Amino acid sequence: MAMYILRRLLINLPVLLGITILVFLFIALAPGDPVSAYMKPELGDNPVLRETMRKELGLDQPLPVRYLRWLGLALHGNLGYRAVGGQRVSDAVGSGLKNSALLMGTALAIGGLLGIPLGIISALRQYSKLDFALTTGAFLGISSPSFLLGLGGLYIFGLKLKLFPIGGMLSPSVPWSIGDFLHHLALPALILSLAYIAILMRYTRSSMLDVINATYVTTARAKGLQEKVVIMVHAFRNALIPIITVIGLILPEMVGGAVITETVFTWPGMGSLLVDGVAGRDYPVIMGITLVVATTVLIANLLTDIAYAFADPRIRYQ
Amino acid sequence: MTPHELINEPLLTISQAERASASPTRKALRRFRRHRLAMFGVAIIVILTVAALLGNQGAALKVDLKNANKPPSRVHLFGTDRTGRDVFARTLVGGRVSLSVGLVAMLFSTVIGTVLGGIAGYYRGFADQVIMRLVDMVMSFPVIVLLLCVVAIVGPGIFKIMVMIGLLTWTTPCRIVRGQFLSLREKEYVEAARCIGMTNFDVARKHILPNAIAPLLVYASLGVATAVLLEAGLSYLGLGVQPPTPSWGNMLNTARSVSTMERTPWEWVPPAILTIMFVLAVNFVGDGIRDALDPRTLFEK
Repeated sequence: MAMYILRRLLINLPVLLGITILVFLFIALAPGDPVSAYMKPELGDNPVLRETMRKELGLDQPLPVRYLRWLGLALHGNLGYRAVGGQRVSDAVGSGLKNSALLMGTALAIGGLLGIPLGIISALRQYSKLDFALTTGAFLGISSPSFLLGLGGLYIFGLKLKLFPIGGMLSPSVPWSIGDFLHHLALPALILSLAYIAILMRYTRSSMLDVINATYVTTARAKGLQEKVVIMVHAFRNALIPIITVIGLILPEMVGGAVITETVFTWPGMGSLLVDGVAGRDYPVIMGITLVVATTVLIANLLTDIAYAFADPRIRYQ
Repeated sequence: MTPHELINEPLLTISQAERASASPTRKALRRFRRHRLAMFGVAIIVILTVAALLGNQGAALKVDLKNANKPPSRVHLFGTDRTGRDVFARTLVGGRVSLSVGLVAMLFSTVIGTVLGGIAGYYRGFADQVIMRLVDMVMSFPVIVLLLCVVAIVGPGIFKIMVMIGLLTWTTPCRIVRGQFLSLREKEYVEAARCIGMTNFDVARKHILPNAIAPLLVYASLGVATAVLLEAGLSYLGLGVQPPTPSWGNMLNTARSVSTMERTPWEWVPPAILTIMFVLAVNFVGDGIRDALDPRTLFEK
């Protein structure tokens, strides 16, 4: 198992390195002179001062040298400072990451808790009215854009019916309480979970249908096992691989945040931070977020591979 | 009976021959027409497209400050926005803008993806390695994250958006085409074509690509919906199509602040509903194409 994880890790490292180079080039080649940001406007445009500043910031060095220095600092968790306000990028990204993970994690949990059982039921009653209704529902759920549903939900449930707060993560000027937080969390999490329920239901259904007629399932029934055990232990475990794949594909979104849906609900996560960064051309923030997102995607891939190996021990030896 | 007559003797009656010779394309079309949801989707898309084409550009841009923020009435079917422009006209013209962005971006991404995927799958080896590692890297990011980063550098604008969406979504068709090429290039008919001295380009274009087209069509239909949604998202944030040009996305921008969202719902609800309708319709059609071209159903009827 350790060998397997190590091998997977080694495959992913070059891609990560490639991404850091891309992210670095992307910012290095962006228009605008970073020196201008540090020059006080009242000093005027002084070429000598500009040159000194350039040396001091290390911008006179060739690109590869600058890249290695940046990479070294990034590895120590130093991602620079925000162009506006001067907050440490690592702090801003850290809190955004936490908030996004809370929102997306809740949505994914709801998606899994509802989607997987519904998918199993749908597969067990293939071609019944219930199956038809669930499949249609899943199709609509996958096709509906969540940020537009978010706008509609915010308008109907937040503004008109006043059931939920109209955005944000906590009520201002009220001491922190778990109830208040959950109240803010509920609507965006539910709306985001619709797509996850739909996706997980669809994949669970089709992969259950693939295994449910297998001979080992018949054997399990024939030796007199309870139907519950047959379905959950013998069939479901073998249907897990595609489900794990889908969850693995969803994981990166937890970090990137549902960019636009977060903005709709003014949820202070990675998505909102990125939108702020782009609107204000705050390159260090954009760079930090891209780097964190890419790293997490690769970690998610790694976790998916490890989960495969747990679900199907044969994979470890390939 | 002379041998000549023997050869000309019809072996099948005409109707039998016709049915047997119905090309796979025609069979697929027949199956597609029977797919009720897909035909419903086609109807919606046609209606939305015609409506968008009929939109009155002049009315969509005409500012009338005396009649700003008026609710729907007989003169202004969907009311007016904050500068008194007719929301109905803006919705139609906005549809024209959004649908064009979707269509052009999809074409762009399909062409890039097909060319690169074709090269990777046909030549394999080094080219394949380079292209697929690039695909891995681009795919390591959610598209919207990359799109926002690029906007930060190149700035917003309708043509930039078309190009950027195309440049960031070519990875899916690339993977599809590569997979098809990898398996088709080993087929005997491809070998035969190579034996008679066809150039690589002709083999790829005339013999491999037409057989790889089915999954690409499904991608292309869904690709329009993806592009429309990306445009809507970007423009909603104010980073896409810039006013005064209307688009479904930038009309949603009114809903960014809760107060205007509540005050003038007639301004953002129509484009939101039309966008959802369009995306659903495209998904219906995509589903229909997938069913119609599914090789498992190819030999039925």
